Amino acid sequence: MGGKGAGLFLDRSNGIRALVPYLLLTLCSLVVLPWIGGETIDPASVWAWFRDSSTIHGIIFFEQRLPRVIAGLLVGGGLAIAGSCLQILFRNPLAEPWTLGISGGASVGAFLAYALPGVFRLPFGLDSTVLLAMVGAGVVLGGLLWCSQRSGAVPVQTLLLGGVTISVLTSGIIMLSVYFISPYRFFSFHRWMMGGLDIGGYQSLVPFLLTGGPGILLLVSLARAFNHLTLGEELAQGHGVDVRRVHRKALLGAGLVTAGCVSIAGPIGFVGLIVPHAVRRLSGYDSRVVLPAAGMLGGVVLAVADAAARTVLAPTEIPVGVIMAVVGGPVFLYLLLRRTPQ
Amino acid sequence: MRKEILQLAGVHFSYDQRDAWKLEIRDLVFGLENMVCLVGPNGSGKSTLLRILAGILHPQDGDVWLGGEAIEHLPRATIARRIGYLPQESPALFDLTIREVVMLGRYVHGLGWSGGVVQEDRAAVMCALESVHLAGLAHRRLSQVSGGERRRALLASVLAQSPEILLLDEPTSALDIHHAVELMRLLAGFRPPAPAVVVVTHDINLASLFADRLLLLHRGRVFVDGDAHAVVQERNLRSVYGTGFVVEPHSQSQMPMVVPVREDQGSCGTDGREGGRFVS
Repeated sequence: MGGKGAGLFLDRSNGIRALVPYLLLTLCSLVVLPWIGGETIDPASVWAWFRDSSTIHGIIFFEQRLPRVIAGLLVGGGLAIAGSCLQILFRNPLAEPWTLGISGGASVGAFLAYALPGVFRLPFGLDSTVLLAMVGAGVVLGGLLWCSQRSGAVPVQTLLLGGVTISVLTSGIIMLSVYFISPYRFFSFHRWMMGGLDIGGYQSLVPFLLTGGPGILLLVSLARAFNHLTLGEELAQGHGVDVRRVHRKALLGAGLVTAGCVSIAGPIGFVGLIVPHAVRRLSGYDSRVVLPAAGMLGGVVLAVADAAARTVLAPTEIPVGVIMAVVGGPVFLYLLLRRTPQ
Repeated sequence: MRKEILQLAGVHFSYDQRDAWKLEIRDLVFGLENMVCLVGPNGSGKSTLLRILAGILHPQDGDVWLGGEAIEHLPRATIARRIGYLPQESPALFDLTIREVVMLGRYVHGLGWSGGVVQEDRAAVMCALESVHLAGLAHRRLSQVSGGERRRALLASVLAQSPEILLLDEPTSALDIHHAVELMRLLAGFRPPAPAVVVVTHDINLASLFADRLLLLHRGRVFVDGDAHAVVQERNLRSVYGTGFVVEPHSQSQMPMVVPVREDQGSCGTDGREGGRFVS
């Protein structure tokens, strides 16, 4: 056991050992990535920030780039974990929040909160964005579940076509409504629909931590049951797994995570698709390892893509969602074509 | 001695209320015999009955008891400690090794999130692998073994659960004659504390040779219930399956065997054989 392509980690220490490289990678990117960007940062003035918090480089480093890197790690990680779970749940290697249309549903919800700030007001000054994103994600997830339970297993093609159609439809609805609400805000929404991490400081992370955090914990807590689901639902039930309860919890978790991610970064595709496949190839199939590992690797991938997004055309920024689409699209095609002959 | 494990009373089940097909079982008890075989044509309700016994399907009417408790209200983990259920098909999503597949059967015995694999688990897995003759292939992946070996690996995962009763849906369907006989011999040889076995099979001959009790199902009802001599009679099989075979005694054990025929002579050519010849 152990080593490349190991399956289930029957030994606890092997499983922990498999996670060490991912952890190191995450720490590295947390230390290195804030230095990368359009403006070259002088280490001495970052150091000076501890004494005088008004140094310009210190502010860029600690109040702009660091929260942005953290946002990348959280959003990428959340999407990769949700993707790993959805792939097992729908028994489909191409499932992830974006291809299933869950991100699309969440973005309509988030859009409503942005566009009509006065309508959905919550008590105690709470932000309605995440809540409406959750409703949107929930509607799509509920629809998917209803379809898949009504007809047994939804064929791969139907599921994906449906999901991608929902994604296109939702972005169409949003673009169209923007024209009616305020043509001037079109550009900013257009940017948001492409997915970006240009958030404003640490307070933007709060809604994610409130929904995505519990969602991630919920999904990871189901890891052992996910291992059983890979052998088919009936055998898993025979082995003692309460499949229906696991399904409900997993869909709730995936909905929470997706809503959290979309509400801070907009719909970002392909992280949730590629990263779980890479992790399974590197570290085996055990969800108890795959979920935390995908969480870390997904975060690193998105944070690195975001560093590229703010550097390549500096001082102009490319939305990180566009970079993920350009890199991820071909991988998606490869997975789709490889699967077809079966 | 074996004791009653599963009891059914007045069970009515249909997948779709609008559909004419339904399963109707008056009273049945499982667990007293070492091996029971459920036989019958396609669509006679064998697999449905097995799923109801496993607590995976719940009947619209009637009761299923597991050791005196209604199975409907028991948590899956409690059921899995007593019942091992192997479905007809269980497609694997990932290419696990045989040992890993068998280890998955220890789910209900594991503790917490990590599963806490202990010596007892390893012993149960090794024992299950040996009983299906796969100990030598434990490190092979599912993609590297034959269909029959794959099937036996899944059976071993259910054996590793250490249940009181095994419910197996066509465990011999992908096996060659040698491995099918081996497997039935193994299952029929289980004595307490090894589990009692209920097997759904299309192979009436294997059932006749090995089972202590056979249930012949027909259109959702139990047509005959008894030992091989009582069930495997031409009269019974003709009314359930139609034609295309005769029943003859096995040359060694004298158990009734179903033999296919090329020219179907219908019932006239076989009338003389019928009636009490195999009934002891």
